Amino acid sequence: MNNIFVITELTEQGNIADVSLELMTKGRQLANELKVDLEALVIGHELNGIENELYPYGADKVWVADDARLKHYLTLPFTKIAVELFKEEKPQIALLGATTAGRDLGPRVSSALSSGLTADCTELVIGEHYDKKSDTQYDQLLYQIRPAFGGNIIATIINPDHRPQMATVREGVMKKSIVGTDYKGERIDLDFNKWLSDEDFIVSIIERHIEESDINIKNASIIVAGGYGVGSKDNFKLLHNLAHVLGGEVGASRAAVDAGFAPHERQVGQTGITVRPKLYIACGISGQIQHTAGMKESAMIISINNDPDAPINAVADYVITGDLGAIIPKMIEAYHKNTK
Amino acid sequence: MKKLNIVVLAKQVPDTRNVGKDAMKADGTVNRGALDAIFNPEDLNALEQALRIKETYGANVCLLTMGPPRAAEIIREAMFRGADEGILLTDRAFAGSDTLATSYAISQAIRKINPDMIIAGRQAIDGDTAQVGPQVAEKLNWPQITYTEEILKLSEKEIQIKRRLENGVEVVKSPMPSVITVTGSAPECRTRNAKLTMKYKHARTISELQNENRDYEALLMDKPHLIIKEWSVKEVDADTDLLGLSGSPTKVKKIENVVFTAKETRRLGDSEQEINELFADLIKNHTIG
Repeated sequence: MNNIFVITELTEQGNIADVSLELMTKGRQLANELKVDLEALVIGHELNGIENELYPYGADKVWVADDARLKHYLTLPFTKIAVELFKEEKPQIALLGATTAGRDLGPRVSSALSSGLTADCTELVIGEHYDKKSDTQYDQLLYQIRPAFGGNIIATIINPDHRPQMATVREGVMKKSIVGTDYKGERIDLDFNKWLSDEDFIVSIIERHIEESDINIKNASIIVAGGYGVGSKDNFKLLHNLAHVLGGEVGASRAAVDAGFAPHERQVGQTGITVRPKLYIACGISGQIQHTAGMKESAMIISINNDPDAPINAVADYVITGDLGAIIPKMIEAYHKNTK
Repeated sequence: MKKLNIVVLAKQVPDTRNVGKDAMKADGTVNRGALDAIFNPEDLNALEQALRIKETYGANVCLLTMGPPRAAEIIREAMFRGADEGILLTDRAFAGSDTLATSYAISQAIRKINPDMIIAGRQAIDGDTAQVGPQVAEKLNWPQITYTEEILKLSEKEIQIKRRLENGVEVVKSPMPSVITVTGSAPECRTRNAKLTMKYKHARTISELQNENRDYEALLMDKPHLIIKEWSVKEVDADTDLLGLSGSPTKVKKIENVVFTAKETRRLGDSEQEINELFADLIKNHTIG
């Protein structure tokens, strides 16, 4: 009762996804502060030993629903299991990854429980709250902090009266670290069939084409990112060339992704991926807050833009004003010259 | 196949993606009032899906939005592009609703309309939450298919959809009725149709007609297709305790404006020599290489 739950997600290989381990790390910190337990829910198939991946992150209990029909995420049975388990266990906080599955499941669960959900939080901290209207003092609420309005404001959201306090967090926003390799919890296999009926399987997956993406901008130490100012998908090739030479990855702003210049997996920013590379080269990116929110902690930022007053320049260490098409080849040449 | 009744859920939002210099205040924060009000981009992708169904199978497309009186603008915009009608859910009691209270209000309107399917944008750019679609589905106890990129097949009983996931696609089938949310990678919405723009140019809500001092009763008799319905809490039979601030489990404790603070920036020209020096430094301090 009153504990913290993480609804975990599995990778294609059947391991706990990074985003879930990042949430376990944050969940453990919050649980320590609140002096409660941290519990994880795992739904999937062939989950022998899955608890051992969660114990090092401080899981006190791992609830497992293992069934062939649950191998891939489905809205209805996953919702039912989470909702029924939460009705019995009454967690005070429930965290999910802000992934396609988590953002499908979270709202459905929160609606069924009439609890509040805050999407895409960037910080989670415990704090107090005084409500003037009802003259009520709340101790130890979860402050769910997130950007809104395209990143132009930062809102702190609370759920004073409804439980669980639910939040989703994007991959890469929280840091992942283990408590200890000898941390031990308890695995509980759920008797979920009492909750599920055929009605929960009316939606079915006919085909799946999941490619282990070779795009990995989250862990790249150098990112060459392009914005709408790059002009076309074809011009993005220049960025690929530079990234290739430097051993980095290509990123993109939302505007560039929306314009079809680059796929969504490359999107950096509030609605994409948060990155902290050693070097971030921003090409033709104007620098809407929603983009800079996801890259401003890069160790070094170089902005190439033909607008000397582009807002991105405010977060850049170096600003080069001019035409990408001329500057990028000069960079490639300069790299070769200096590494010979 | 019978003619389907499709409701498209849409929202009028401030254009947070284009915060121009005139929307920035002197202290570096955004003047939210200065942003343009636009048709939420992914709701246009949703409208396009509905219009494609209308063309292929025949359908009545109704645009449902909740917002202030001004939000009738996006209903007209949808009509110019091919929607058949629109309903504006508007009432002071809706103000301050979070996603849960909003989805309750919308689900009440849906119960009254009783459509065969709902198509919505994945998320709105002011909040980026992606919660209202799934929460409406839960309230109605309908299945939901989020991140829709393409509707592959459709019959009265069943729909097949291609979904766009992080690293691939999935094809799912669901019985009808269901809630479909459409992602921005789906086809863009068609532009206005000249004939429809002429036809619906004078479409108005009754409040708009009253503000313009026009005789709405005459219009209602003469050209009922030009009346945009306005529904309040009473029309959708909603419990006011479940609306607005009182119906919202989430409360905003604090709002902070993000302030742009410039760091020390070195400006370089685009000459070969300057770029060469920069790269020599980057390699020397092990940033690259």
